[in-house]
Amino acid sequence: MILDGKCPTGPIETSWDRHRFDMKLVNPSNKRKFKILVVGTGLAGGAAAASLGELGYNVVAFCYQDSARRAHSIAAQGGINAAKNYPNDGDSIFRLFYDTIKGGDFRAREADVWRLAQVSNNIIDQCVAQGVPFARDYAGYLDNRSFGGAQVSRTFYARGQTGQQLLLGAYSALCRQVKAKTVQMMARREMLDLVCVDGEAKGITVRNLNTGEIESHWGDAVILATGGYVNVFYLSTNAMGCSVTAAWKAAKKGAYFANPCYTQIHPTCIPQHGEHQSKLTLMSESLRNDGRCWVPKRKEDCEKPAHTIPEEDRDYYLERKYPSFGNLAPRDIASRAAKEQCDDERGVGPGKRGVYLDYAAAIARVGEHTIKERYGNLFEMYEKITDENAYKQPMRIYPAPHYSMGGLWVDYNCMSNIPGLFVLGEANFSVHGANRLGASALMQGLADGYFVIPYTVANYLARITPGKIKEDHPEFKKSAEGVKGEINKLLSINGKKTPSEMHRELGKIMWENVGMARSKESLTTALKQIPALREEFWKNIKVTGSGAEFNQQLENAGRLADFLEFAEILAKDALVREESCGGHFRVEHQTEDGEAMRDDQNFCYAAAWEFKGAGKEPELHKEPLKFENVHLAVRSYK
Amino acid sequence: MNLKLFVWRQSGPNAKGKLEQYEAKNVSPDQSFLEMLDDVNEDLIKKGQDPIAFDHDCREGICGMCSQVINGVPHGGMERTTVCQLHMRVFKDGDAVYIEPWRATAFPIVKDLVVDRSGLDRIMEAGGYTSCHTGGVADGNALLIGKKDADNAMDAAECIGCGGCVAACPNSSAMLFTSAKVSQLAYLPQGKVEAAARVRAMTEAALNDGFGNCTNHYECQAACPKGINVRFISKLNREYIKSLAGC
Repeated sequence: MILDGKCPTGPIETSWDRHRFDMKLVNPSNKRKFKILVVGTGLAGGAAAASLGELGYNVVAFCYQDSARRAHSIAAQGGINAAKNYPNDGDSIFRLFYDTIKGGDFRAREADVWRLAQVSNNIIDQCVAQGVPFARDYAGYLDNRSFGGAQVSRTFYARGQTGQQLLLGAYSALCRQVKAKTVQMMARREMLDLVCVDGEAKGITVRNLNTGEIESHWGDAVILATGGYVNVFYLSTNAMGCSVTAAWKAAKKGAYFANPCYTQIHPTCIPQHGEHQSKLTLMSESLRNDGRCWVPKRKEDCEKPAHTIPEEDRDYYLERKYPSFGNLAPRDIASRAAKEQCDDERGVGPGKRGVYLDYAAAIARVGEHTIKERYGNLFEMYEKITDENAYKQPMRIYPAPHYSMGGLWVDYNCMSNIPGLFVLGEANFSVHGANRLGASALMQGLADGYFVIPYTVANYLARITPGKIKEDHPEFKKSAEGVKGEINKLLSINGKKTPSEMHRELGKIMWENVGMARSKESLTTALKQIPALREEFWKNIKVTGSGAEFNQQLENAGRLADFLEFAEILAKDALVREESCGGHFRVEHQTEDGEAMRDDQNFCYAAAWEFKGAGKEPELHKEPLKFENVHLAVRSYK
Repeated sequence: MNLKLFVWRQSGPNAKGKLEQYEAKNVSPDQSFLEMLDDVNEDLIKKGQDPIAFDHDCREGICGMCSQVINGVPHGGMERTTVCQLHMRVFKDGDAVYIEPWRATAFPIVKDLVVDRSGLDRIMEAGGYTSCHTGGVADGNALLIGKKDADNAMDAAECIGCGGCVAACPNSSAMLFTSAKVSQLAYLPQGKVEAAARVRAMTEAALNDGFGNCTNHYECQAACPKGINVRFISKLNREYIKSLAGC
C-alpha cells in the first residue's frame, strides 16, 4: 500500500499556517466533554498533557516512573535548537529547515520539518516564560552555542542540563494543571495494551507497578509519547526503563512502525569498562565545540600515555577528513569515523575501543577556568565514572546507541494509521529522517507537545462523539484478560535465565550485526538468531515473585519480550533498505573513501511496517518522500 | 573485592521489615553501586529468592529516581553524587555495607528500598510554576535577566527532586527541596509576580504532607547530590516574610 502523509501542498513557508486554518476546532464548552489519555511525561507527553489540560480537555497522564519529572528527556545535556538568529550569524527558519533535512540525509518529510523549524522560536519563548534558566550573557541576553551539523550558533542551553531544565518547565506546567484538576496524573503505570473499537483507539490497559493491578482507561483519543527503543541494544545511553513496549503494543494492534532501522549511535560516550556494565553514559555533543578527536597515527603508539605522543604522530581524523565541519561533523559521520580508526587498530584504552577527545588546545587557548564553566559538570561526571581527570589527560570516548529516528508512522497531524492514536516526540518517525542533529530532540518533543498536538487533536475530536465508548465495552475486558494471560505466562515458565541475561544476549546480537555497520550477511545472521532467542525466551525465562505486587523482574521480562519481537522488524528493515543513509550504514553501499551512498532512485521513501504476528512476515507499506524545497544532493561535510 | 551487605527488606507498605545479610562477591572497583546490587540480585533470582527492589532509571545521576541510605548517609556520602554514580572503588575488600530506604513519615515504603515520594509532587503542584499559558508569551529576550540572577536561578534549578534532603534531615523536612524551586522562580522576573502566593502555598503543602520543619541542621546540603546550598532556605525565609508583609 502507498501511504499518504496528508501534508499540505503549496508554498512551504505558509503550509502550517494554512493547515491550522483548515483544521476543525472544538469549541471551549465542548472540550470538557472529551477525555484524552497521554502516555509518557517527557518533553512531548508532559508538554502535551499540560497544554491540552489548559485548553479545557480532561487529560489523564501516565508514566512508569514514580514522578512525571523523571522521564528520560531529563538526561539531555547539550541544548535545544531554535532559529532565533540572535547571534546575527545567518540563521533563519529556512536554514534550520534545510540543515535538518540535510542532516537527516533526505529521509524526512519536508512539511513536518518546516513546521518544526517554524515553531522552534515559540519554544524558547515558552520556556523562558516558565522560568527555565537558560544561559545568559553579562548584558542579560540569551546565550547560544554551536552543535554538530550546523555552521551557525543556534543552540540554547542551561549548563549541561538543558533537558532537565526543559522537562522541569513542562513538569511545572503539568503540575499547574494537576492543581487545576484538568490533568489527572497516574505515576508508576505501564501501558500494556492499546484498546481499539471499530478500528479507532479508545483506551489503554495499564499495569499499576506498585500493586500489580491491571487497570482499564477509556479515552476519546490516545497520545503516545513514550520515547525511543535503542535499549534493544541492551547497552545504550537510555534509562533502564526505556522500552519499545507501549509503541509495540500499538503496533500489535495495527499501527505501522516506520523506519525502525534508523538508529542513532552517539559519538561521544564513555567507553564500556566491563561485562557487568548496565548502561553507557553519554557525554554531551557540546564537548565537540572545544575538544579535538584524535588517535595515534601508528598502531604501536596506542598503548603509550597520550601526553607522550608528539603532535606530529597524532591523527586528528575528523579535522583531516572533514575540514569545513571538523570536530562538529554530524553524529552518524563522527561515530563511523571513530569506529574506522578502532577497526584500523588505532583505538585507545581498554580493549582498544576508544578515541581521544582532547581539551589541551582549548585549555591553552581560553584557560581551564573557561572550560570548567562550559563543561564542568561533564568533566566531573567523567571523573566519577572513569577515575580520570580530563583537564590533565584527554577523555576517552566511543560511540553508543542513543536515539531512535524511527518510530510509529504518523501523518502530518501526528496521527498514526489508527484513527485517534497520536504519537509524539521520539516515539514517532516524523522529522529526523535517517539521522538526528544534536539539540533537535528537545526541539521536536516540545514542538509536538506545545504547538502541534493542541491543534491537530481537535481536528480528530471534532468529528467524533465524546465518551461514546467507556470501560464497560467488552474490548476493555478482552484486553485486560489478554494482559493478565501474558503476565501469567511469563511467571509460569520458571526457566533458568534471568531477563537481564537474555537482554544482554539480544543486545550482543543487535550490536554486532545491526549496529554501526550492517551487511546482508550480518543482517541475515541476526534474522536467524533473534527468533531463536525469542523461542528460548518463552521456554527458559525465569521471573520471580507474582503479578500482584511490585515486581521489577516481571517488568523487565515483559519489556524484553516486546524487544524480541521488535528486533526482528528492525533487522528486516535494515536488510530491505539496500542503501546507506544517515545512521543506517550498509557496508555494500559506500563510496571509495567510505562515505554513505544513498539510492534516491529506489529508496526515497519512509518504510512503514505492518506487524502480522511473531514469526510471520511483516508487510511493508511505503510513503514516497518528495523534495520540492531542498534539492536531493549528496550530503557533504567536507 | 567481597563485601558483606545488610539490606532493608520489606515485602509491602504494611509488612514488617528487617535487615537481611547478603554477600557481594567479585565486585569490580569500576562497577557502580547499582551494578553491584544487580549482580547480587542475579544470584538471588538464580536461587529462586526475591531480588532486592530498588528505584533507579537513568543511572547517570540526573533523573533523581535512585534513593538509598548507604551506611547511614543518603546517596552514600560522596560529595555531589547520586547512588547510581557511586562507584565501588570507594569501598574496600571485606567492608560491611548497610543499605536502607529513604526514612521519612512523608515517604511510605512501597517495597524494600522503594518509597513513595508523591509528597514532593504535591508540593510542586501547590505552586512550583509560573502561570503562563502555552503560546502567547513574550520573546525570550524581552526581559533581560542579569547574569547573577540567571546563575542563581540555575544553581537552585539543579535540584533533581530525589528527596535525599528529606532522608538526611532529622525532622524529615523538605525545606531544601521547596526552597530550591521557590528561589529559582523568585530570582527570575517571570516568577516574581507570583512569588508571595507561591512561597506560602508550597510551604503549607509541605506541612500538610507530613514533612517536618527546618531547624538548620544543614544535613540536607551535605547529602544533596546536586550541591543545592542552604542559602536557598534563607532566601525562602526572606520570601516568606516578604509575603507576610504583603510585598
